Amino acid sequence: MHPITLFLADDNSWITFNVPAFKALFWPNTFNGLAYGAIYSLIAMGYTLVYGVLRLINFAHSEVFISGAYAVFFTLSFLGFGPFIPSISLLSLIGDLLLACIAAMVVSGIVAVLLERVAYRPLRKRNAPPLVFLITAIGASFTIQYLIEWWRGATAEQSVIMFKPQAIFTVFGADIDNQQLTIFFAAIVLMIVVDQFISRTRFGRGIRAVAQDPDTATLMGVNKERVIMLTFLIGGLLAGAASLFYIMRVPSGVQYNGGFNLGIQAFAAAVLGGIGNIRGAMLGGLLIGLIGNYGQTLLGNSQWSAVIAFIALVVILMFRPTGILGESLGKARV
Amino acid sequence: MTTTMKPQAQESSVRRFRTWWNSLPRPQQWAGVIPIVVLIYALPVLNPPFLTTEPNVFFPISMFKASVLVLVALGLNVVVGQAGLLDLGYVGFYAVGAYVAALFTSRDSVLHKLPYLATLPLAMVVTMVFGLILGMPTLRLRGDYLAIVTLGFGEIVRLLATLIPALKGLVGFQDVGHPPGTQANGQPIFTTTNGTAWYWLMVSIIIVILLFIGNLERSRVGRAWVAIREDEDAAQMMGVSTFSFKLAAFAIGAAIGGLSGALFAGQNGFQNNQDFGVNFSVLYLAAVILGGSGNKVGVMIGAFIVSYIPDRFNNLGSQKFLVFGIALIVLMIFRPQGLLGARQRLLAKGRTAYLTLVGRPEQLSSDSALVGEKGDDA
Amino acid sequence: MSLALGACAAKNSSTSTAGGGGGSSAASGPVNLPAVSTLPVPADAANPAGDGKAKCSGVTLAYIGAESGPNAQLGINIYDGVQLAINAHNKANPGCQVAFKKFDTTGDQAQAPGVVTQAVSEKDIIGVVGLPFSGESKATGAILQQAGLVHITPSATNPGLTQNGWTTFFRALGNDNVQGPAAAKFMTGQLKAKKVCVIQDDSDYGIGLASATTQALGSAADSACADKVTTGQKDFSSTVAKVNAAKPDAVFYSGYYAEGAPFDQQLVNGGYNGAFVGPDGVKDPQFIKQAGPASSNAYFTCPCVPGELIPSFAAAYKALAKTAPGTYSLEGYDSATVLLKGIDTGIKDRAGLLNYVKNYNGDGLSKHLQWTSTGELASSTVYGYKVQNGEIVYVGTIG
Repeated sequence: MHPITLFLADDNSWITFNVPAFKALFWPNTFNGLAYGAIYSLIAMGYTLVYGVLRLINFAHSEVFISGAYAVFFTLSFLGFGPFIPSISLLSLIGDLLLACIAAMVVSGIVAVLLERVAYRPLRKRNAPPLVFLITAIGASFTIQYLIEWWRGATAEQSVIMFKPQAIFTVFGADIDNQQLTIFFAAIVLMIVVDQFISRTRFGRGIRAVAQDPDTATLMGVNKERVIMLTFLIGGLLAGAASLFYIMRVPSGVQYNGGFNLGIQAFAAAVLGGIGNIRGAMLGGLLIGLIGNYGQTLLGNSQWSAVIAFIALVVILMFRPTGILGESLGKARV
Repeated sequence: MTTTMKPQAQESSVRRFRTWWNSLPRPQQWAGVIPIVVLIYALPVLNPPFLTTEPNVFFPISMFKASVLVLVALGLNVVVGQAGLLDLGYVGFYAVGAYVAALFTSRDSVLHKLPYLATLPLAMVVTMVFGLILGMPTLRLRGDYLAIVTLGFGEIVRLLATLIPALKGLVGFQDVGHPPGTQANGQPIFTTTNGTAWYWLMVSIIIVILLFIGNLERSRVGRAWVAIREDEDAAQMMGVSTFSFKLAAFAIGAAIGGLSGALFAGQNGFQNNQDFGVNFSVLYLAAVILGGSGNKVGVMIGAFIVSYIPDRFNNLGSQKFLVFGIALIVLMIFRPQGLLGARQRLLAKGRTAYLTLVGRPEQLSSDSALVGEKGDDA
Repeated sequence: MSLALGACAAKNSSTSTAGGGGGSSAASGPVNLPAVSTLPVPADAANPAGDGKAKCSGVTLAYIGAESGPNAQLGINIYDGVQLAINAHNKANPGCQVAFKKFDTTGDQAQAPGVVTQAVSEKDIIGVVGLPFSGESKATGAILQQAGLVHITPSATNPGLTQNGWTTFFRALGNDNVQGPAAAKFMTGQLKAKKVCVIQDDSDYGIGLASATTQALGSAADSACADKVTTGQKDFSSTVAKVNAAKPDAVFYSGYYAEGAPFDQQLVNGGYNGAFVGPDGVKDPQFIKQAGPASSNAYFTCPCVPGELIPSFAAAYKALAKTAPGTYSLEGYDSATVLLKGIDTGIKDRAGLLNYVKNYNGDGLSKHLQWTSTGELASSTVYGYKVQNGEIVYVGTIG
């Protein structure tokens, strides 16, 4: 089989479907796509939680994420990490990474809650309509991005390498490395914890109640403001964790606008799964991760795969206008 | 309709002026507008010392760029302000229009050459088709889903401009065409440097577009848009074919976006894949919201400010986005309806009827789904 | 990322050090090229001071280019160079005080026409240094042509710029078509590379340079490991895998440091131990900062002269700008010197100065300056650099 090529008026080929490479790299792409997808899922959950409770696209969530990435960068730099493979014992490595993870979660959590306090709460007090919230969110996104740019400059921060990716075992002829494994399982654990938190605890019940019907929930004694703050906090904590995994995979990714594209992908993931639906966000994230990786190999270019991902999103939404699993944070099923 | 959210006393004189103005017969309003229009036409020639962007940026060109953004904002206002559809990929239409002009007039293009003026309607038609292609599958989606899909569309256009060799990516097209006509010395009138000529062309086009949109607004189409914006379900119940009216808004908005892109490409004379990022869509949206979504005059003022400020304060650099971000947050907290809010009013002949029957001018309210409060805060 | 527009947006080139602790900078690459610490300066290089007897009044030179925005640093390097030349001239020639105006395009071609039109409309401006980037040059060359205003770009290297029929455009350095073959010769010759992987980004600059280099490399370029990356890309694992499978002696990365640095770092950590060669877009202290110790395998080619190796220039520049000369500072200085020498001959108008530059034939501090009818240098030199102990050092001319 040969690569299939399409031509335009002049004889420059502009899109090439490299089917042999796609077949040959199917499993490596699957594993890598799942690891990336898990990161998207974690971020997407933040979008979906806030949307479920407030019906708001928190456009600034990508900046909540990148704040966490900066926390990872500063913590690890302080601990002596840098653009080289550290030579420290496994135990102290795990300790350092846990510390960085906690720092990122704290910073992202604080940024998310502050954002809610400073930008969104005044609007809620005034009963502003949804569009006003969205514009504020966009404004907040720009503000945080360019505050960081002002502070740290436009160039990326120095890379911080956590550990070298090494193949651990082979499945279907493809290596699975220690990073993929760490990211995937840590992310899955986090997702299960949050899912169970929402569906089983008293706080989770509060969140679901507000998502379902804020007025009735308030009447039934749910403290709405506290639920909203909690929602932002959980979203921020997840984004912070995601930033650690992202930097693990992409050590040079700490840049003022580094969250923006990732945020768009994650938001697409949330919409794909059914915005407002936590399990939908998990599923959507994994799918977007896979589509991106397959597309990269099939089309030989990450830009084409972004095009394909968006087209896929449109097609799926045409058939399922509320996403694959539908909107249902408040519904009983969860 | 519930009470308006702004304090009543605060704007009483503005309000009185508005009421007085809105109760004037249309011909008298037009007569009042003429001096303002003349002043607007004269701006680049007058080059008022306080307003000028020189010695940093040539003032007529700065005014032209502002007028381009005014047209862009008017087009986006049809989609966002009138029909209430959130479009985060409007720059895509602008880009398509610019590329149509470049592809059919630049010497770097392999396509058949057309006169520049012919590319303007062509750009509108092509972008309208793009609007329909995008709108047909997606307009069944509600609010936020539509936002992400349009955002995706804007990104796709930008990426395709990079990926398709015939669109020449960063290399771009030089010598994009311009309208015919030569000066006494044999130089063409519409050169990149002759900002005034381009500005006059642009203002004339804006006036035509304003008349067109204004008439649409006062027609059945406009009423349908307002109905959809306020409550889509109710509109549908009342027999408004919401889908086709939404599609119409999308297509008209797209065509205006395409027209402004083609005009900018003509003046700039060079066209490549830069300047079509998501942040430009956001900037356009900011212009609309800043001025007052749904209010044509407000939107024009908003667009002027968004384009003019960076030229006037040429050295803001990337901090202009920081200023924008903060301004958006502050504005949304203190004046969510924008500088001039959208107004609810009886349309067309209704106004004179109101005056005759009730004996006083129609009371305007700025209370709508876009700008006022809603019963639930979901 | 608007870096796609930038040539090499350098911070300052000598004060930076390799970031981070840890790894040591061992001998770089398979071949160890010694650093060269002196630069042959033409004995009769033009001096902006002249003979001190020049008479003129009411003439202005302008710098048009980025002063703010993401690519500001490159512009600052250039106009500080220009400022230095003009200061030296005005100090030495009390009878001829040339004014200097700066215009900020932010490096954006949508902003540039308004700014250039403004400059053109000011009649006392008779010569321009700029514009630094190829995109904005494309958008504004016709305006300057129409006004008959001579402009010397100290950094725009797109080969197509001189094919527009503009007679007012001059380039004070070699274009990408000169750099590609020089880079190829450098790799196969001095670095003794038998097999090279050429990786390009998606910019005009990267694509053009990659094809010129690949062509000049001939059979040494391995098409099996040639690959493309995109602006803004952060994860290069698929390209790294491709390169490591081919085991080349050198990788030529045709693009900018923003992607080049993480790419080199991921290559080295992925087990690559050949040389990493990049053009002027990669030659930047930021490259070393971001790639860390991995950058010790890096070499750069650049049509730019290492201004810091000319002690008199470096000292004067440092006194003015408070930093060492950056990339293209010297080109800015030389361009301004040519224009100043024209003014010293008594020229007062644009046509005269244009004619003077067209027929100019003399040595500058950086190189011999004489232009062809299209505005390319009659002869141009490419310089080699490498990373040593966390700094960019000069290794001699390469073509």
